[in-house]
Amino acid sequence: MRTDDLIKALDADARSTAMPLGSAWWIGAGAATLIAAAVFWLAIGPRTDIATAMYTTRFVAKFVFTMALAVSAFALSRALSTPGAATSRAAAWMVAAPLLVGVAVGLELLSVPAADWGRRLVGSNMVICLSFIPLIGIGPLAVFLAVLRYGAPTRPVLAGAVAGLLAGGLAATFYAAHCFDDSPLFVATWYTIAIAILAALGALGGRLFVRW
Amino acid sequence: MTGKDEAELSRLMQAAIAGDEKAYADFLRRTAALVRGVIRRKIVQGGVDPEDVVQETLLAIHVKRHTWRQDLPVLPWVYAIARFKLIDAFRRRGRRIEIEIDEIAETFAEPEAETVSGRDINRALDGLPPAQRSVVSSVSVEGRSIGETAAKFGISETAVRVSLHRGLAAIAKRFGAKQFGRAKQFKRE
Repeated sequence: MRTDDLIKALDADARSTAMPLGSAWWIGAGAATLIAAAVFWLAIGPRTDIATAMYTTRFVAKFVFTMALAVSAFALSRALSTPGAATSRAAAWMVAAPLLVGVAVGLELLSVPAADWGRRLVGSNMVICLSFIPLIGIGPLAVFLAVLRYGAPTRPVLAGAVAGLLAGGLAATFYAAHCFDDSPLFVATWYTIAIAILAALGALGGRLFVRW
Repeated sequence: MTGKDEAELSRLMQAAIAGDEKAYADFLRRTAALVRGVIRRKIVQGGVDPEDVVQETLLAIHVKRHTWRQDLPVLPWVYAIARFKLIDAFRRRGRRIEIEIDEIAETFAEPEAETVSGRDINRALDGLPPAQRSVVSSVSVEGRSIGETAAKFGISETAVRVSLHRGLAAIAKRFGAKQFGRAKQFKRE
């Protein structure tokens, strides 16, 4: 088939239209949030003292970290799924969440006696944290990989990993409402590992499923 | 890559998205010429036919045109897709990726006519279900319109459009599939 013949066929198909990728990302984000919320409520639910916990800085800070991660990873995922789009600014924003956690860890180390560091780092919910963040995040990750497939990422593995961070940020936002361990030392350690698991799964999914 | 190309192609693509078929054909022809120029210069080693990559790129542009944001320039989008398809073409053929950053290398491309029957797209076309294959061939190689194709096969124009759309999507998908490259190498042996 000559290239001119191919162009005839493509032109004859010009009327077929598809939803813009930008809209697909918002629909995907909505669907992923619903899935994460459903799994969260069915599996663990919020902690019983959430009404009082809401007035403590450490509890609220957890949501600042996780939402900063989710928002910045959402922006970068969108950029990575569009060929030729500038990604450097969105990539730079990815340091926001780690930076905030880093500052919080510093403040925690200053305000808590060294004897307490170990107890706060280990916490009481480590295993639950490591299993439920990936569990809540796996459905959203599947949704985000589907959106990546609908898009056209020229670096599928990287895009998949960032989609994993996005799913991780979303899942951790829900999980934070359940978890009793509010110390930044705990969050910086166990949340990070749990989210890294999702990022690794996302990279694998990007390699295997995001072909176009 | 000039500002004039950018402005013109951007305008054509916007018109095409708004439903202007003539603008879309113009866009594709001009894009094919630009992409061909870049790809010929970047293939410095044998094994990959530049025209195969041009066709893969056009198909990808077509099935992924919803990923172009109208507020962004269109040429970086086109070239990013072409580059991805070129790297993919090397990778599928199990070659080391040889892409010159400086576009200094001379073209070595074969004339299109000689290899036309051996094109990757023909193999992808052959793999389609018969109904889709005959519709795609009719509209492309045989040069019929949608209406003429509908009359020839005694089906509705809508059915022709659906078969064409699905057929093109399937061909584009085949280009992206790893197995296709392997199957092709197997056939060559």
